[in-house]
Parts: sequence; C-alpha cells; structure tokens
Amino acid sequence: MAVMKFLCDTKRCIECNGCVTACKNENASALEWGIQRRRVVTINDGEPGEASISVACMHCTDAPCMAVCPADCFYQTDDGLILHNKDTCIGCGYCFYACPFGAPQFPKKTAFGSRGKMDKCTFCAGGPEEDFSEAERLKYGANRIAEGKLPMCAELCATKALLAGDAGVVSDIYRERMVLRNNPDTIWGYIPTVGSSN
Amino acid sequence: MRLTRKTDTVEKVEKPGLGLNRRQFLKSASLATGGIAAASMLGSGMMRKAEAKDVPYDAPTDVIRTICSHCSVGCGIYAEVQNGVWTGQEPAFDHPFNSGGHCAKGAALREHGHGERRLKYPMKLVGGKWKKLSWDQAIEEVGQKALDIRSESGPDSVYFMGSAKFSNEQAYLYRKLAAMWGTNNVDHSARICHSTTVAGVANTWGYGAQTNSFNDIRKSKCMLFIGSNPCEAHPVAMQHILTGKERGAKIIVVDPRFTRTAAKSDEYVHIRPGTDIPFIYGLLWHIFENGWEDESFISQRVYGMERIREEVKKYPPEEVEHVVGVTKPQMHRVAKMLAETKPGTVVWCMGGTQHHIGNANTRAYCILQLALGNMGVEGGGTNIFRGHDNVQGATDFGLLFDTLPGYYGLKTGSWKHWANVWDLDYEWVKSRFDQGDYLGQDPMTSTGIPCSRWHDGVLEDKSKIAQKDNIRLAFFWGQSVNTETRGREVREALDKMDTIVVVDPFPTMAGVMHNRTDGVYLLPAATQFETYGSVSASNRSLQWRDQVITPLFESKPDHEIMYRLAKKWGIEQQTFKNIEIKGNEPLIEDLTREFNRGMWTIGYTGQSPERLKMHQQNWGTFDVESLEAPGGPARGETYGLPWPCWGTPENKHPGTQILYRTGREVKYGGGNFRARYGVEHNGTNILAEGSFSKGSEIKDGYPEFTADMLKQLGWWDDLTAEEKVHAEGKNWKTDISGGIQRVAIEHGCIPYGNAKARVVVWNFPDDIPLHREPLYTPRRDLVAKYPTYDDRMVARLPTLYKSIQEKDFAKDFPLALTSGRLVEHEGGGEETRSNPWLAELQQEMFIEMSPADAADRGIRDGDAVFVHSPEGAKIRVKAMVTPRITEGESFMPYHFAGVFESESLEKNYPQGTAPYVLGESANTVLTYGYDVVTQMQETKSSLCQISKA
Repeated sequence: MAVMKFLCDTKRCIECNGCVTACKNENASALEWGIQRRRVVTINDGEPGEASISVACMHCTDAPCMAVCPADCFYQTDDGLILHNKDTCIGCGYCFYACPFGAPQFPKKTAFGSRGKMDKCTFCAGGPEEDFSEAERLKYGANRIAEGKLPMCAELCATKALLAGDAGVVSDIYRERMVLRNNPDTIWGYIPTVGSSN
Repeated sequence: MRLTRKTDTVEKVEKPGLGLNRRQFLKSASLATGGIAAASMLGSGMMRKAEAKDVPYDAPTDVIRTICSHCSVGCGIYAEVQNGVWTGQEPAFDHPFNSGGHCAKGAALREHGHGERRLKYPMKLVGGKWKKLSWDQAIEEVGQKALDIRSESGPDSVYFMGSAKFSNEQAYLYRKLAAMWGTNNVDHSARICHSTTVAGVANTWGYGAQTNSFNDIRKSKCMLFIGSNPCEAHPVAMQHILTGKERGAKIIVVDPRFTRTAAKSDEYVHIRPGTDIPFIYGLLWHIFENGWEDESFISQRVYGMERIREEVKKYPPEEVEHVVGVTKPQMHRVAKMLAETKPGTVVWCMGGTQHHIGNANTRAYCILQLALGNMGVEGGGTNIFRGHDNVQGATDFGLLFDTLPGYYGLKTGSWKHWANVWDLDYEWVKSRFDQGDYLGQDPMTSTGIPCSRWHDGVLEDKSKIAQKDNIRLAFFWGQSVNTETRGREVREALDKMDTIVVVDPFPTMAGVMHNRTDGVYLLPAATQFETYGSVSASNRSLQWRDQVITPLFESKPDHEIMYRLAKKWGIEQQTFKNIEIKGNEPLIEDLTREFNRGMWTIGYTGQSPERLKMHQQNWGTFDVESLEAPGGPARGETYGLPWPCWGTPENKHPGTQILYRTGREVKYGGGNFRARYGVEHNGTNILAEGSFSKGSEIKDGYPEFTADMLKQLGWWDDLTAEEKVHAEGKNWKTDISGGIQRVAIEHGCIPYGNAKARVVVWNFPDDIPLHREPLYTPRRDLVAKYPTYDDRMVARLPTLYKSIQEKDFAKDFPLALTSGRLVEHEGGGEETRSNPWLAELQQEMFIEMSPADAADRGIRDGDAVFVHSPEGAKIRVKAMVTPRITEGESFMPYHFAGVFESESLEKNYPQGTAPYVLGESANTVLTYGYDVVTQMQETKSSLCQISKA
C-alpha cells in the first residue's frame, strides 16, 4: 500500500502560485473566497537566500489534528491521507492550534463571526461521502485519487517543484535531483554573489 | 505570504467578495446583470451559462487540445468538456514546452469557460447609461460612424488598435482590414513590448525574434538575464532554466530589483535604471582588455566591431561604477564568467526594451553575444522572451504602424506584393488611402500613429501631425489603455474623440475611464477558447488551438466581427476574395492558407493548417530536449515548425529552431546571418567571409536570392516551367511560387543570403548604441556628458526629448521609478483581475520602496501612500517596504486599473462586469519618453516622489 506524501523542492519553487490556483480550479465547488487550501510561503523575501515553499496539509502519519479533535472528525485512509468529516466537524478550531503547518482553514464570514466547518487539503481525495457523489463534490471538491490521478497542485506545478504521490517514488525523484545538483546548501534558497564581494 | 497586499486602498465600494461563497457569489452577479436587462432578454448563450455543477459527473467527456492564452511560452492544455461546459483541465504531461506545468494563470485557465465578469452583449453608452444593442444594430452604428468620419476627415482619422491576443489568422485579417480601409494607423501592444527588439535586432542580423527556444536553454552553460524576470513573467520557462542550472549552468541576473529570478541566480548585479549600455560596454571593456572575444567569429561574421572597440574605451571600470553603480570586481567577475562558460545565452525583456533608447539597448545585448561568438549554437543565442501568447504572431503579421505582414514594410513594392497575394488590383488598394501629402508624407507609404501615442494623435494640433485630421474614432480591439503611459492625457483623449469602440471579452479601460455620457460602444469578443486557429509562441513555433467551447453569452469571434464590419463598409468582396465565409464567419484555414502564400520573408509559408494540426495531434512525439520528433508522423520536424519554415508546405521544411546555425544544412533548419543591408558599406564587404551553413554550395558569403542570381549561378533551369512564370523578375521574398526558395535550399543556400551581422546600423539615429540619460533622470550630473536627442518629428508625430531632459525634476521627484509584472496578472489585467482565483491572490495595487526611503518619509510597510508624478498626476496605493529595492528606486506592477487618481471607476462599468479587483494604474504616473526609432514608451526609468497619504 502506498503512503501518499507531498514534497516541495524549494530550489525549484518560484512562488508562481500555480499550485494555489490549480487547487482552486479543481476544488472550486467546495471552496470559498478567502480559503486557500494551499499557500506559498516565502522566507527572506527580497534578499539573497530568498526561498519559497508551497504548503498545505502534509498528511502526517501521526496527525496532531486527528489527535486533538474533540469531535473525532478526522480519519486516515489506507493511503495515509488525513481526511475529515464536515458533518461532524464542530468548527472549534482546535486542529488549527495543533497543526504545525496552518493547514486547517475556516470560512471567514466576518472578522469575529462563527468559524464554520473546517476546510483543508484532501490530497484531492474527497471525503467520507460516496466517491464522485454530488455531496462529496460540494463539501470537499475533487476526488482525483479515486480517478487514479494525483493532486492537481502537484500535477500542474510550473517547475516540478511540488511533488506528490507515493513517498518512495517522491523521495527517489528528489534524491536524484540532489545528487545531480551536488550542492552543499541542500535546501532553501540559493545565495547569489552580489556587489563587490569576491 | 505577502500579507500586506490584502486590503483596499480606495473607499470601499460594495463589492462581492469575502464571505460569500463562490456559488452564491455567481448567483448575485447574475442577478445584478438582470438589473439592466430582464432575464428574458438574455440570449440563449446567457442561459447556457457554464457551471460545472450542472453537469453530472459521468457525462461523456471530450478532451480538447488548446494552448494557454496568457504568456508567450505556449503551454499546452487538455481541456475537458462535458455537455458543452468546460468542466476540467488536465495537465498535458506530453507537451514539449511545459510538460504539464502551469503558473497561477495557466492553472486557472478553466475560469475562462465561465467568464462571469465578461461583457455579455453589445452595449452603447446613452446619456450616461449602458444600453443593450443587437449585433446588427451595433455594427450598423459603429460602421456608419466610421464611414461618416472617413468622408469628413479621411481614413486616417479612424484608429485600429489591435491585439496580441488574436490568433495568427485574426491578426493577419485585422492588418488586412486596416489596409482595405486605407490606413496605417494600426498597431498593437508589441509597440510597448518588444518593438525596440524587433527594430534593433533585425537590423543587427536579420530577424528581430528569439533566436533559440525555451527548451534550448537547458543546454546553456551561462545565462544572463537583463531586464527579465521569468519567475513572474514566464514562469514555465523556469522549468528549462532551472534544469539548466541543475546541470551546472551559471545564472546571472542584472536588474534594478532583486527579483524572484535573482533569488535563483549565482550572481546578482544591480544596475541603475536606464544604464544598460554602459553596463554592456563595461563588460566588453573587460572582454576586450583580456582578449576574451571570439576573434574568428568576429572576423568571419561581424561587421563594424572596431567602432565598438573605440566606444568601449570610454567605459573603463571607474566610469562604469560612476554611471551604472557596479564595482570593478563584479564587472570583471561577470565578464570572466561569460567568457569562460560557453555556450551562453542572453535573455532580455521589457526591462531592456521600454526605454527611449530601447533600440540601442537591444543592439548592445546583441553586440555582447557577437563578441563572445555565442550566436547560432545550441545553448547560446539571444533568448528574447516575448510577452503575450501571440505577440510574436501579431508582430509577424504586421499588426504594426510601420509594416505590412511579414515585415515587408510600406513601400510601393511591398503593397504590390500583398496586392498580388490578395489577388487585388494595386490601384484599387491605393485608392482606399488618403491621396494627400501631409508634412511631406504620403499616408499609404508612411508610418502611422503608434499604439503608445494614439492619444497624441487625438490631442496634438492637427497642423503638426502628418495626416489630414486628428484621430476621431478608435477601435480598442483587445487592448487595455491602462498599459499606456501618461494616464491623464489618455483620459483627455478618450473624452475628446467622437466615438470609442471597445471590442473585447471585457469592457476594458477605454470603455470606462473617460468622463463621457455618450459615444462609447462595447462589443463582446470571444476568447481564443471559443474559436480556433494558430498561435506563435516566443520561440517562433506555431501551435494549433482547437475550439474548447462555443462563444459565451452573445460574444462573437474576432474574425466574424471583422467580417461584419467589412460588409458594412462594402469591402467584404475584396477583403475576403479567396476566403470562404460560413454564415458571417470567415474560414480560419483559408486565412492560414492565404498568409502561407504571402509570408516569404520570414518563412510563414510552410506551416499549412494540415501540418499544424498534425503537430498538435502528435505533440507527445516531440522530444523535450531537442524539440524534434525522433519518429512518428512528424519525424525529423521541429515542434510547431518554428519560422522560417521555408518554401511551400509540400517542400516539408522542418522549421528552424535555432536561427543562424551554420552547423546545420538549411533544409534541416540551419542558416547564417541575413544579407539585408546590401553587399558593402563604405566600400567594405559586409557579406560573410569564409563562413557558411553546412552543405552550402557557395562556400562564402552571398547576397539574397533573386531570379537574376539564379540565372547567373546556372540554377534557373532547376525551376519548373510554372515556377519560372512566377519567379521571373522576382526575388525570394516576392516569388509566390516559392521556386526561388526551393532551388536555393536544394543547393544548400539560405534564400536571404549570407552576410555578416552588423554592429553599425547606419540608418538609425545612433549608428552604434550610445548611452543617453533618461529624460527624467535622477543623475543631473550626467546629463551634459550623456544627453538625449533634440526634439524631433518621429513618424507622424512631433516627439519631445531635450525639452524635457533640460528641466530638473530630480530635486522634487528623487526616486527612480520602474514598473513590471506580477505572476498572477497579465497585461492591463482586465482578464486576470476578473478571474476570482487569480484576483484573490493579488488584490492590492502597491509600490515597492526601500526600507531607507520609507524611513526617511515616515512610511511603514502597508501604509497608504501617494505616488507623485513629475507630470502632475498622483495616485494612492499601498507601500510595500522591501529590501528587494535599492535606496533611491521604486517599483510598481502595471496590471491594475479601475481607480484613477483616487477616483473609483467602478460606477462606469456596465453592471456585473467590473473586475473583482480594482486599483490605480502605474501608468497614470508614468511619464513622457519614446524610443527614437520605434516610439516604444519609457516605463523603466522615470521619476516619482512618495508621500504618506
């Protein structure tokens, strides 16, 4: 059985936000303005060492969100994906505290309004409803996994920075790149020479 | 995340947005539309509103091959259509350009199939209110207004602003339509994009286009980006660029800003805006000083390098540091890297072209590559990235004020060639033009009014412009006027004209930024996904798009609208003489075939619709590294038959991926520099010496082929009897049988001759590139040494230089100002700001400034600020304080519009058509300044002041 993982190659990510709109495109039926299941975070913005990383739910093996949820709305699939049930979600936001990546999102009706049902990346694997059902589409968006495809964000990535799929295959691809690059600064940004420094 | 760009600078107008979910959101949008026209009035197209949710999951799916309509990389797409609705988008992993990858815009393409904010039917402004019209009525009224103006003021008072979003066929037809109308007042955004490249580069070695391809960059060992930021402007190109880097190539980024591309570089060089020439000469100083130039390449293939050597002596390291701001060690390091890591490529974009000396900048970049001997090889060349998806094609088809299709120019001979192709009497074509003489210029053979300055054509005293009257009616066909500088004058011109006609999927700025209550027409055009045809990517490859969906709402494809206008004007018989018309729609394939018969100069002759469709259907058979098909139906051909694709389709030329490549036979896409400027200059031979393309039977330089030359060479009898009839008295450009080209290539020769590249362009105002300070320069101390030109007439318009530079604005406006792109938006932004998935990511117009300048002004990141222009305008935007910017400089993106000097224009849009995101336009405060050859606008080195709002 595969274990599904994302990996963002920060040497390749150019913060083009293709993954963000790919997710919007594919999951439009379930998303609202203001909710981005995937975001691109840039560190050292505007300076040598600037690097970007595309972040969404990492589908942890021992998921903190799942551990803390008082309504027990999370479940883990055979592929290692962490999905949740919006019908049992109480919108408390506890998962948001627990998540190291800020993946859980809440609809923002007003600044201090009700949080509504939590929404997060499903690895394009829908939810507990029947595959391809109208209910699944409206609540969770696409179910590409059931179609035998991988998440849209990774499939459309401009520079092949964002990888998704079986952890073994993903790490093989990444390892090969690492060997080819032969670069001591293995992750994060490149540091160009600037000005008169030698 | 850039958290600072998320709020509104302008007074909050009630806007759908945060809080509403997308479906409710659309619901309310269509209700608003209902406000102006009852639901029953909406056409059937309106009722068939595309909504994925209305389609059952298991409805049969058609998979359609198309090409992204944003930038010129030309990414392939599989569009999934169910029940006529565009329900899905799948990656084209087998497409040779993008291998399935997309940026934010390409990944959001499916939204085009919904188009909630589109213009839905023809409209007219009456007494300040938008009124719906039928197509027949709209064409009748618009056409009649044009005819009335024609009879009063002549054909030149109607302006044909075109678009880089046209397909090749539509671009060709639009140019032809303007010719049939009888004017050269036709232009498009290439004017403000790469016009200086086209002029500068074509005058250096023959063709003004990208010499290699995006894919070829994988093979480069050293890449110099100057004024180019592919991470934001051509994101999928980064797939190839980063692959090259990972294989060991060095990346050098030269830019006033530390761009996202700079963040991926090995060496970042900061130059002061507008100092490209001193920078290049500074590199050449080190190259010549150390003997790093390619001597044999220069002696065989370059004319005039001694002049450059002399000029370069004026730029020793101290002077470069003084003028450009780059230190000697860094200049030395970069020059050494270029010299020792070959092949190397130079990439430039609008940072280099949009200057009043843009043509000279582009020539300077070419000179660097010539000195290094980097031309005509894999991994080398000048990879000039074009902007819009079809700006290369629209340029090639002469959607320009100074040429007919194929860069034939406007001379009488050029007109005769095209009249021949069109199968029309030249005298009839001539009769369509104003026969007068204005300031010594003949309207048919003289350059028209540029896209960058159509407003001067409206506002300038008519006795000072070289045509009968001012522009009184303009078609803004797929072009947003917020991309033109001097916003106040643009607005004034919109107010002054008799009639404004916007033809576009969206009601672009020309439709809404005026103060008018009448005389504005909006005609809804379909996007490229609602029709089909060919599109030329930046690398000169042609790709065939299939139609994804039928036109949304009541929109119509551009070529149909052109046909309807031609019919109203009574010129449809001539314009469409050899084109089949179905209903009101000209047959696209017939248009392709017609330009195949005429575009000999640049080899747009071999790409028949059948060949292009075959390439599209088999795009997976082309290799990503070489772009060639190792097997399959296109065996041996290069993807998209990049021009020149010589001869007729039957000649089966494979296309030319790399221009001027002597290491290959011409019949396989090889070549050499073009003999375009005669055979000698000042008594010196300018043909190539001892250099020729592989397999050439003439083992030296030779002039361009003519019928007489074939006879002299004894090759005349290689022509068939029928070819001889057409070829007699003609040359390789005007022989419409293609025989001269065929015979030349059979003998291993390239039809356009074999010459040296010239670094001295004796027909330009500056025959070699000379540094001239920007009109609005912060460095008053350099004005005396590097002055601009005297004021002069350029084409039809008086153009200011010295009279602006004389004044000292730097005291009150001390910050250098440049502009550029954001990855989420494109061009004027009307389309991308109307796409909720993109709009959400970039909601705020801003100006980037350095932490030092911000601190001096008491400005904090995210503050509202005013940007003041030395020409008086003042816009209110957000400050983004970032180390990306060097002290004394500033940067704005140019995609925003809908707010004009703090006034929201949202009220002016027809209901339900305002983009989700509005903002001030950078060009409202950008200033005067035009290239002396092409009238390119100066947007990359102006001045401003920033104050807290």
